[in-house]
Amino acid sequence: MGRYVGTSVKRVEDPRFIQGKGRYVANIQLPGMVHVAIKRSPEAHARITGMDTSAASAMDGVLAVFTGQDFKDGGCGSLPCGWLVPDTKVPDRPIVVTDRVCHVGDSVAVVVAEDPYVAADAVEAIEVDYEPLPTVVDARGATDEGAPLVHAEIENNVSYDWALGDQEACDKAFAEADEVVEIELVNQRLIPTAMEPRAAAAQWDAASEEMTVWTTSQNPHPIRLLLSAFTLGIPESKLRVISPDVGGGFGSKIFHYPEEVIVPWVARQVGRPARWVATRTESQMTDSQGRDHVTVAKLAMTSDGTFTGLDVETWANQGAYLSTFAPLIPTALYITLLSGNYKMPGVFGKVHGTLTNTVPVDAYRGAGRPEAAYLVERLVDLAATRLGRDPLELRRQNAIPKEDFPYQTPVAFLYDSGDYDRLMATAADRADYAGMRAAQADARADGKLRGVGVVCCIEASGPAPSAVAGSLGSAVGFWESGEVRVHPTGQVSVFTGSHTHGQGHETTLAQVVADELGVPIESVEVVHGDTGRINFGMGTYGSRSACVGGSALVRSSEKVRAKVLRIGAHLLEAAEEDVVYDRDTGRVHVKGSPDSGKDFGELAFAAYTAHSLPEDMEPGLDFTSFYDPANFTFPASSHICEVEVCRDTWEVRVLRYVAVDDVGKVINPMIVEGQIQGGVVQGVGQALTENGVYSDDGQLLSGSLLEYAVPRADLLPGIEVDRIETPSPHNPLGVKGAGEMGTIAATPAVANAVLDALAPLGVTHIELPLTPERIWRAVQAARAAA
Amino acid sequence: MYPNQFDYHRAASVAEAVELLSSLPDAKLVAGGHSLIPAMKLRAAQPAALVDIGRIPGLADIAADGDNLVIGALATHASVADSAAVRSGCPLLAETAAAIGDIQVRNRGTIGGSLAHADPGADYPAAMLALGAEITAVGAGGERTITAADFFVDILTTALADNEVITSVRVPCAAGGAYLKHRHPASSYAVVGVAACVGMDGGNVASCAIGINGVTGKAVTADAAAAALCGGPASADRIEAAAACVGEAFDEPLGDLYASGEFRAHLAGVYTKRALAVAAERAS
Amino acid sequence: MSHPVRISVNGKAEEHEVESRLLLCHLLRDRLGLTGTNIGCDTSQCGSCTVLMDGKAVKSCTILAVQADGCEVTTIEGLAGEGGLHPIQQAFWDNHGLQCGFCTPGMIMTAVEILERSPDASDAEVRHGLEGNICRCTGYENIVKSVVAAGARGAS
Repeated sequence: MGRYVGTSVKRVEDPRFIQGKGRYVANIQLPGMVHVAIKRSPEAHARITGMDTSAASAMDGVLAVFTGQDFKDGGCGSLPCGWLVPDTKVPDRPIVVTDRVCHVGDSVAVVVAEDPYVAADAVEAIEVDYEPLPTVVDARGATDEGAPLVHAEIENNVSYDWALGDQEACDKAFAEADEVVEIELVNQRLIPTAMEPRAAAAQWDAASEEMTVWTTSQNPHPIRLLLSAFTLGIPESKLRVISPDVGGGFGSKIFHYPEEVIVPWVARQVGRPARWVATRTESQMTDSQGRDHVTVAKLAMTSDGTFTGLDVETWANQGAYLSTFAPLIPTALYITLLSGNYKMPGVFGKVHGTLTNTVPVDAYRGAGRPEAAYLVERLVDLAATRLGRDPLELRRQNAIPKEDFPYQTPVAFLYDSGDYDRLMATAADRADYAGMRAAQADARADGKLRGVGVVCCIEASGPAPSAVAGSLGSAVGFWESGEVRVHPTGQVSVFTGSHTHGQGHETTLAQVVADELGVPIESVEVVHGDTGRINFGMGTYGSRSACVGGSALVRSSEKVRAKVLRIGAHLLEAAEEDVVYDRDTGRVHVKGSPDSGKDFGELAFAAYTAHSLPEDMEPGLDFTSFYDPANFTFPASSHICEVEVCRDTWEVRVLRYVAVDDVGKVINPMIVEGQIQGGVVQGVGQALTENGVYSDDGQLLSGSLLEYAVPRADLLPGIEVDRIETPSPHNPLGVKGAGEMGTIAATPAVANAVLDALAPLGVTHIELPLTPERIWRAVQAARAAA
Repeated sequence: MYPNQFDYHRAASVAEAVELLSSLPDAKLVAGGHSLIPAMKLRAAQPAALVDIGRIPGLADIAADGDNLVIGALATHASVADSAAVRSGCPLLAETAAAIGDIQVRNRGTIGGSLAHADPGADYPAAMLALGAEITAVGAGGERTITAADFFVDILTTALADNEVITSVRVPCAAGGAYLKHRHPASSYAVVGVAACVGMDGGNVASCAIGINGVTGKAVTADAAAAALCGGPASADRIEAAAACVGEAFDEPLGDLYASGEFRAHLAGVYTKRALAVAAERAS
Repeated sequence: MSHPVRISVNGKAEEHEVESRLLLCHLLRDRLGLTGTNIGCDTSQCGSCTVLMDGKAVKSCTILAVQADGCEVTTIEGLAGEGGLHPIQQAFWDNHGLQCGFCTPGMIMTAVEILERSPDASDAEVRHGLEGNICRCTGYENIVKSVVAAGARGAS
């Protein structure tokens, strides 16, 4: 163990943020910059029969108004989808529509003005005539016979069908089952709501014909690739994409958005730098949204509680168009997780990706995995109730034993490592589960609605082996690049293709490299988010940065060490096998004579002076690695939540929340705990407050923060965090992803707790979020049925 | 979000404000602006002119006047919540002010602005009704006093004339009062807010008034429930029975994504019960 | 229609001609270059834009610049004075009270008032005091911890 990895190093990025010096895209001021605003459709589905931009164009301070045809004629291509499962039907997604809008918020026209206030005035002054068309918003209803078609050429609104698993084993399990529990549930639409609204800025250099684009992206290199190859048509060599500080993403800033094309295109047209900053209202109706599944499922088991099969059919709402990675989420990140943490031979799942007149749906924190965890963990609780078993004990009975790892599930994944029984035991211990149950019994005797929810959840993080991704439909690879550049003074610049938008990579990746090289962390600087400085990278999502990006840096550091060792041996006039590289100090010395060595700085300098290098060695000290992971990593969690439901207001009060996670080796415990805590609250948000709602005619009813209830500080009383570590065996750091586990586990933990609290009243299911009214109605219905 | 263009006038006196309101077409008053400016940013409100009364001297004072408190229209929610005079003389009012929005909103929003806006989810109206407050306004015809019962007319509609300016609110001191709300998890508005005033005589409830906001377009009193509690002890049973009568107060409960009208009516009963219990205890 | 606005920002006297409709947050960000005051919503919900106006925490997206005429405004850039960190800033750093940093200036400015009102604010008081500020990253846990710690160290 080095000096830094495993310790809670304070974040090096914090001083700029706490002093208000964050470099967000909305803060960029360029000389002569103009402001872009976008006319958005108020209709969910309509034909555009006319548009009058004359009043807007005539306004003082308005430079130009552009329509969809202008972008088409100006060479802008449609937004592509980067993940296509077999036979996917992909609707055309223009940058700005020309004749038909498909969801509220679709771009209709673009205004360029000297001032954002004037731009807003001009947007309002554009008159558009819409001829409304029939709408469809429901994931499953979209496939009903006679349902309105979002795109005439796509039958039944089905973009794709996909299935995975052992259907024969599944059928056999149900044929032979002693008990079967069934459920039909909705995993509701969520709006990611990163606190920084999306933004883009661009500057065209006419002399060099180079375009610089600043964008709020989690992955600037793929954005550059898509801009170059599909949408903007400027060669990659002439296109620089910078994602500076980004104020949260949670998946929503992975994707290629129209504004990333509009702003640079406009900047070139008007010959001035341009900037667009989304209002919150725009963000809520244009950022890709999350979840939105309708699922029918059943779980088969023997009378002793052994799970034998799981059969799942899901309708996944993809919205009006396929966002960049949309088909990946409900397929290879959802069906593949249906085995949960359990040994279960007969798992089979199928999904229908459907199109509706709603904002496109894509990855949102967890992305597919929370949908799987919520489904599986609800079914397991139903099974426990059916069998009269304690839900924790039933989970431990079915958990994959630690000696079975690596464990091949029936749904493609090979789990790398884990110890789910110890994980659950730790959670039970930390929460005093027995005490909670005793307190629950007392509370119930007093007439109180006390509930305890327990879950054990799995995640696949650290995407992904590129060949596997390719076989599943990806248009790109999922390796990561990492460059370690040692300067002549011994200072180190680290260039990563990962991107930090809150995760603290400037600290954790510096910890990794400082330990690999044995240099002070203060001498390591992490550079990210700029295609002009980093050769290529795939960015940050899927809890991949430590697993994949960190591993690339380990590989590059190994190359640096090897070269430094050779230089050291050469300068010490010793055979290479007689010297050692001391990773505590960065010194190279002859074995047994630590005092006679050379410092890291001296050796770095020697690499650059090149006055005396080993024969055949090139000068310089700079290595890049492209790390393609051998597998996903498989973090796991066991969370226990204790709630009380008020008997008259039907509000849920969380009394305690205990999160025990296994994210493998931990680089920075403080940061990992922060990731878990933040993730938990987002998951609790899905369970209790958040709901993206469309009316039947496609209006987004929860389009502002007045309606969409993001958790506030008082939603939870606190979160108790603990962990176990089963290192990932296939990456050099032994790490697994930590960014999404909290979210994945929290939703079912709270839902199970609330339904446990309501069990004495005969309530067995309530759709999320578990608002007071929904609980009240469920209780009334249960009373009426009784 | 960016408001439309408008003219801005800062009034130095109430008389000037009235004059400006009378002479400028489509003018609106602004003080703290915490109802109006958000609406203007969304361009849901597009007044041609704003008359800012925020700097008029003396209008933010809070003073005791015998058994009454006189609250200047410009008193912020924070100043009402923090006022020693209000906290001791009329805890219900301090509690109401403290329940509004958040710290930042309470630092800017004013009692006059909140009352004039008359949002169905606002917190003050219930308290005004339960306390039997009187609202003083100045218009072209001079000063007049409007009882709370007459003041709230409909959703976002009050008895104020277009050119009238609220100058103060007079509320009777009442030890036995309480305000409880069910807070909207996103907007912080009152899904239901119940203000209850209870006066005790010996062991019996001598007077009772209940104001409820959030359920209907305008705040209402629950007279049947209040009457049901009077004339006997404030026992749990009697409070429950009284609270069961609140439904009569609502013609057409409003619903939104979070809570239907039916559920709001249910919550009104629950919060009435709770508020009455607290108020009765404080009165004893 | 434009109006002169004289305003002291972080101790510096400023005078600007502004349109009636210019919001205080835009005056700070676009005219004065004080971009530490972030804008996270349209409806006064998120609190990212919180600054101190005459010592009180306010949402600068819901105040017209003309309304701030004659006032003293403190933004995150001016909280600590020359060099160094304000104790609340330090506590956020020490306690990992931020992740993406976008809500952080608003959180810190609101915390100033929370601790002024209640110097030894409890965990629950801080959670209540932050009701007008949204963070999407931290789950609030370490923000609350930071503010409580700052209070315990006498930040107010």
